[in-house]
Amino acid sequence: MRVMAQMGMVMNLDKCIGCHTCSVTCKQAWTNRAGTEYVWFNNVETRPGQGYPRRYEDQETWKGGWTLTNRGNLKLKAGGRVQKLLGIFASPVQPKLADYYEPWTYDYQTLIEAPLGDDFPVARPKSLITGENTKITWSANWDDNLGGSSEMGELDPIVAKLNASVRRESEEKVRFELEKTFMFYLPRICEHCLNPSCMASCPSGAIYKREEDGIVLVDQDRCRGWRQCITGCPYKKIYFNHKSGKAEKCTFCYPRVEVGLPTVCSETCVGRLRYLGLFLYDADRVTAAAATPDEGDLYEAQLDLLLDPSDPEVIAAARREGIPDDWMDAARRSPVYALAKTYRVALPLHPEYRTMPMVWYVPPLSPIVDVLSSQGHDAEDRGVLFGAIEALRIPVDYLAELFTAGRTDIITDVLQKLAAMRAYMRDVSLGRDGDPAIPEAVGMSEETLYEMYRLMAIAKYADRYVIPTAHVERAHELEEIGCSLDFDEGPGMYESGPFGEASGRPAPVAVETFNALKQRQTSDSAMTTTAGGGLRGRVNLLNWDGNGAPDGLFPGASAGSSDPTEAPR
Amino acid sequence: MNTFLWGVLPYLCIASLVGGTIWRYRYDKFGWTTRSSQLYESRLLRIGSPLFHFGILLVFFGHVGGLVIPESWTDAVGVSEGLYHFNALLFGGIAGVCTLVGILILVYRRRTTGPVFMATTKNDKLMYVFLVAAIVLGLWTTLVSVGAGSEAHNYRETVSPWFRSVFLLRPDVAAMAAAPIQFHIHAIVGMLLFALWPFTRLVHAFTAPLHYLFRPYIVYRSRDRQVSGSRQTRPGWSGIGTADRDRQR
Repeated sequence: MRVMAQMGMVMNLDKCIGCHTCSVTCKQAWTNRAGTEYVWFNNVETRPGQGYPRRYEDQETWKGGWTLTNRGNLKLKAGGRVQKLLGIFASPVQPKLADYYEPWTYDYQTLIEAPLGDDFPVARPKSLITGENTKITWSANWDDNLGGSSEMGELDPIVAKLNASVRRESEEKVRFELEKTFMFYLPRICEHCLNPSCMASCPSGAIYKREEDGIVLVDQDRCRGWRQCITGCPYKKIYFNHKSGKAEKCTFCYPRVEVGLPTVCSETCVGRLRYLGLFLYDADRVTAAAATPDEGDLYEAQLDLLLDPSDPEVIAAARREGIPDDWMDAARRSPVYALAKTYRVALPLHPEYRTMPMVWYVPPLSPIVDVLSSQGHDAEDRGVLFGAIEALRIPVDYLAELFTAGRTDIITDVLQKLAAMRAYMRDVSLGRDGDPAIPEAVGMSEETLYEMYRLMAIAKYADRYVIPTAHVERAHELEEIGCSLDFDEGPGMYESGPFGEASGRPAPVAVETFNALKQRQTSDSAMTTTAGGGLRGRVNLLNWDGNGAPDGLFPGASAGSSDPTEAPR
Repeated sequence: MNTFLWGVLPYLCIASLVGGTIWRYRYDKFGWTTRSSQLYESRLLRIGSPLFHFGILLVFFGHVGGLVIPESWTDAVGVSEGLYHFNALLFGGIAGVCTLVGILILVYRRRTTGPVFMATTKNDKLMYVFLVAAIVLGLWTTLVSVGAGSEAHNYRETVSPWFRSVFLLRPDVAAMAAAPIQFHIHAIVGMLLFALWPFTRLVHAFTAPLHYLFRPYIVYRSRDRQVSGSRQTRPGWSGIGTADRDRQR
């Protein structure tokens, strides 16, 4: 047994309102640069829908993930090592920009500079790739809220698969008429897989998994732009920066996670649906688990990899591997472990890709609840809900294709647990005694059900995010080697480098973020008054919270005058 | 003049190639990439790029065979002059034509596809001039060596001894000077291409990922051992927007 720690995420899809705040804040934080205009490390898809990039789930086309050889060994779906190397000069199945979308901006300058005339000036869309006028025909969430689904709904690979499997007359196809459809949102980030096929596809070996927390990163200095990882990732969550010629991906906001802060997407999530915490897993058994012959058993195999952090044997093994005690403590309090393994309500996305993804999803009950309430039923009554989970096959089949490689029994099980939680807690919140038959029906005790309710419905900040920090006693070995006095207000703080503002040695990313955030979170006024000294009269716009116009926000109108409230004379 | 071209220039070019590569590797690992443009256009690339790359690999091995292996060795195993040149013309010709057709498709694509052309730097353009010139001149020497139009020339008695002598630090200037003018031009362009090499996108060839065949699929790396992570901002990480693009062009 080789115990390794893995940062994981669980998203409770019932709470997702599809507001895209996670996508926008992630983009602002990470992909707001030339070359990554089309890149969304975090995106929110409406399902049924084609996703981003279009139809990425159709692995017969895109060849992502793993497959099994005749002898039962794992093999990249895009081919073996030699085959991958031979295809290096023109990647055979790389998505084109059109499969994502052509990014654009608007020509806002015209609005200001257009000469006086009879017509209103218009800000025309300009392609960010060519700079020419463009016609906007697609985007990362073009089919948001089922937009256009009546025409294009069948293009969803899962819908296509379900419809193709309809044989008997009595079975229904997935329909997109307003009254017959169902819908939910699926936010997606990199899965930080235990058995990542992007990593296995990388000819340079530039993609790696961090031993400490399992975060999968691309070494920008070793990536040579062979672009095999883009084909390799079945979730299409590795992107090609067309300006720098390197692959880029979701970083799990490692500079934040290292200091104990949740990722940007989690922190800003309006629905508070994301959970962050540790998994412990047995690294020696990953390959064997990923090579489970029957796709339907992959979910169970993946669950089996996760180790119980309270098990004395696991604790001893973890100690041998050098996992610190506070990490073990965090693993025991981990909300993601609780949702995935203890309560068994969180499921991996597309386990059939055999990558052992570590971002898990609590499937939504809402498609079923919506149908029930629109038909005038009591959607919180246990009997009605249980019956509906059995009767409304299409949403269940769809969810099964997403999360359990087609195993509807697992989905039904999870949905029944969620339904039981609703029904049981309604009694409690109405002041009645809880009905012990309800948790019993789904194989849970009243206590466990209540704990699950606390974690899922109350979902306090401290319960949602249990993030152990990178180790202080090992901090001097961290990537940020250098004099600790050189940063922020340390005595070694030097002027900017000889070739202007950004030249010279960089401030380590974790140190910078940590100090800035700590200051911002602990100060109760606009950030700049106290920090002004450190920044020598300037304002760090990245940390400016928009309150007022602090000193140093604008350069002085004349030499010696830095007070912006001072009227120009 | 001969002394400079065949006695001095080779060493200048080797110095530039070796020194430049070391410098580039130390100071510009972030810029060390294929700078693939497949995202913009892939229909023509899918034909042109493999044609060019496989062609140039064959050409490379052909050069190794012709320049490094002495004539006496092939004579010793009983390969006659005629047979050798027939093979050289056949395979060299096929590889050379493939390479040329490939690069012509790629240059055409680069010029006509808007986004690809926009992503082409001055550096690329200069490199293309030398690369295409070296290939065209190389094909020309292939023809000369079988005597098309004039009398045949056995470069393995002039160019090859000179090439080997350069690396033995006793350049045989006289041998090279005796070769026809076409070989001279091809060699000069070739040497300049290698001198230019470390400063262009061609460096990606030096990191051909052959180790992929042998490495384990899953790579674990400890956070502690990393040196990078808080790298300085590099030229690649510039702001978004069309105005910005214009400024950079």
